[in-house]
Amino acid sequence: MTETTGLTAAAGTTGTDLLSVRDLRAGYAGTTVLDGVDFTVPAGAVVALLGRNGVGKSTFVHTVMGMLKPYSGSVRVGGRELAGAAAHTVARSGVAIVPQGRRVFAPLTVEENLRIAARASKAPRGGGGPWTPERVYELMPRLAERRANRGDQLSGGEQQMLAIGRALLRNPRLLLLDEPSDGLAPAVIDLIAELLEGLRGEGIAAVLVEQDLHLAFRLADEVAVMQKGRIVHRSSTADFRQDRARAHSLLGVG
Amino acid sequence: MKAEAEAMRGDTGAPQDTTTSVLEPLRSGPGAYLPGRRRAVVAVAVVALLAAAPLVLSPYPVSAMTRMLAFAVLVIGVDLLTGVTGLPSLGQAAYFGVGAYTAVLVGVHITPDAMVQALAGLVMGLVAAAVTGWVAVRARGIVFLMLTLAIGESVHQVADTWSAVGGSNGLAGMPPISLFGGPSLLAAGFVYWWVLAVAALVFAAVALVVSSPYGRTLRGIRDNEARMRALGYRPALARYGVFCLAGAVAGVGGALWAQQARFVSPGDMGFEVAALALLSVVIGGAGSLWGPCLGAALVLFVRDSLSASIGGHGPLVLGAVFIAVVFLMPRGLAGLTGTRARLRNLTSARRRKENAS
Repeated sequence: MTETTGLTAAAGTTGTDLLSVRDLRAGYAGTTVLDGVDFTVPAGAVVALLGRNGVGKSTFVHTVMGMLKPYSGSVRVGGRELAGAAAHTVARSGVAIVPQGRRVFAPLTVEENLRIAARASKAPRGGGGPWTPERVYELMPRLAERRANRGDQLSGGEQQMLAIGRALLRNPRLLLLDEPSDGLAPAVIDLIAELLEGLRGEGIAAVLVEQDLHLAFRLADEVAVMQKGRIVHRSSTADFRQDRARAHSLLGVG
Repeated sequence: MKAEAEAMRGDTGAPQDTTTSVLEPLRSGPGAYLPGRRRAVVAVAVVALLAAAPLVLSPYPVSAMTRMLAFAVLVIGVDLLTGVTGLPSLGQAAYFGVGAYTAVLVGVHITPDAMVQALAGLVMGLVAAAVTGWVAVRARGIVFLMLTLAIGESVHQVADTWSAVGGSNGLAGMPPISLFGGPSLLAAGFVYWWVLAVAALVFAAVALVVSSPYGRTLRGIRDNEARMRALGYRPALARYGVFCLAGAVAGVGGALWAQQARFVSPGDMGFEVAALALLSVVIGGAGSLWGPCLGAALVLFVRDSLSASIGGHGPLVLGAVFIAVVFLMPRGLAGLTGTRARLRNLTSARRRKENAS
């Protein structure tokens, strides 16, 4: 752990962290992908999770969401221990995911995709929140135009909007964004970035897994870098951008 | 690409060429479940046409149509599981059989009232599904199929060996049904009208369920269960619910079947019935409700009517029909109506792409 320079989230600050992950180990069928991850997201903050392909970023997001059971470790959301809890329990604790590849409901219309998420929000612990399908349409007029179209009739950008809208309708405290730029054209990525920037005022904390550094830097308050299933670097976005040599050594880009 | 991005901002004043497809969803897609005036008119016309059958046909074909309707009720339940929720089942014949035996037992021992018999069939089908389903719904896909097959065969075995329900001889001696304490309905046409009324009611009820938020949940589960869980749903509960519901529907179908035949035997709930019900769903188009009903009629027609005149080679014809449908009409009979709308949608999508690039 000596190389984990700049771990700003000292142990004492746990009280203000919405997400607090300690020594998380997880993997598939006996293999170890996450090898002791320590990671925190302060309330309302956006933390970008960077790293090369295959270092475990998506596995991390899946494990936090409860879609993959960890071998050991702790995942706390708002102080509540959720490691090993089922996905629906995690979802009802205020965590929503915008999955890689969007994964909208292909045979359902845009309207149905949103209603299905809105209905789930009525679950007791979800609570009534500020997000309604109408508000999502207001934020994304394009979806309103496409409301009667099936999920698989949308363009990639529209699907991404729908996936974001679906997650918002859960009225989440914590949003897990797994490569929102994946497979989208630059102009469309820009649009998604604008959309997500517009959400900054909502006070939703987020983990942003991204390969697109420009998008990550634009949205994130802090940056964490993962290597071989561990967090090896953590700093503010501004600090990270200044030290190009370090970014290059960590990510192979820069 | 710029054009697409611009369009998605939603602040372009240019009219969209997608408006027609926006206003008119695919008829065989989820839109097929939406209640609409045109749909209601078609439904009433079809029921009226079916109701006229006994006035022009002789009793034998009317009895055959009665069986088709009862079988169609079973198939609606199978479609609810297989087509809507994505759980292919080979066990629905068991609950169909439970409903049939219940109706005969009620008819012999308690009352000839058709309504009481059908309700008893519904309740017993529901109970049987509730008792056996909790194991089955934990599995999916091929494992679910095998579990439901095991349940079906077990229940069939019980009926075949349990002397209290007649063993392999079945139960005979069911008196003709009556309604509202009236006289016995002896004419095939009256039984047909009763069965048609109940089948139409079941169809409407299931169509309502499918278009309800619960039906949306089921379709979401079919498409992506993990996603539903991440949205806070508990798919196992929803699957158990639909399994019980399909059991109740099968129970009603079985009761209707027995009321027409006034006899029930283990053969009415065997593997063949389960397989034919699933075949009807595939031929008709899984997920559409009316398609599988047509499929049910076709399957029973081939098995009961056509087979005799071609030297008992009905199963061969069904096999050929099945293969033809799989290769030529992947969306079944129901897929045929959506073709025009789908084509229009394809062209508008292509045009959109061309505009965008």
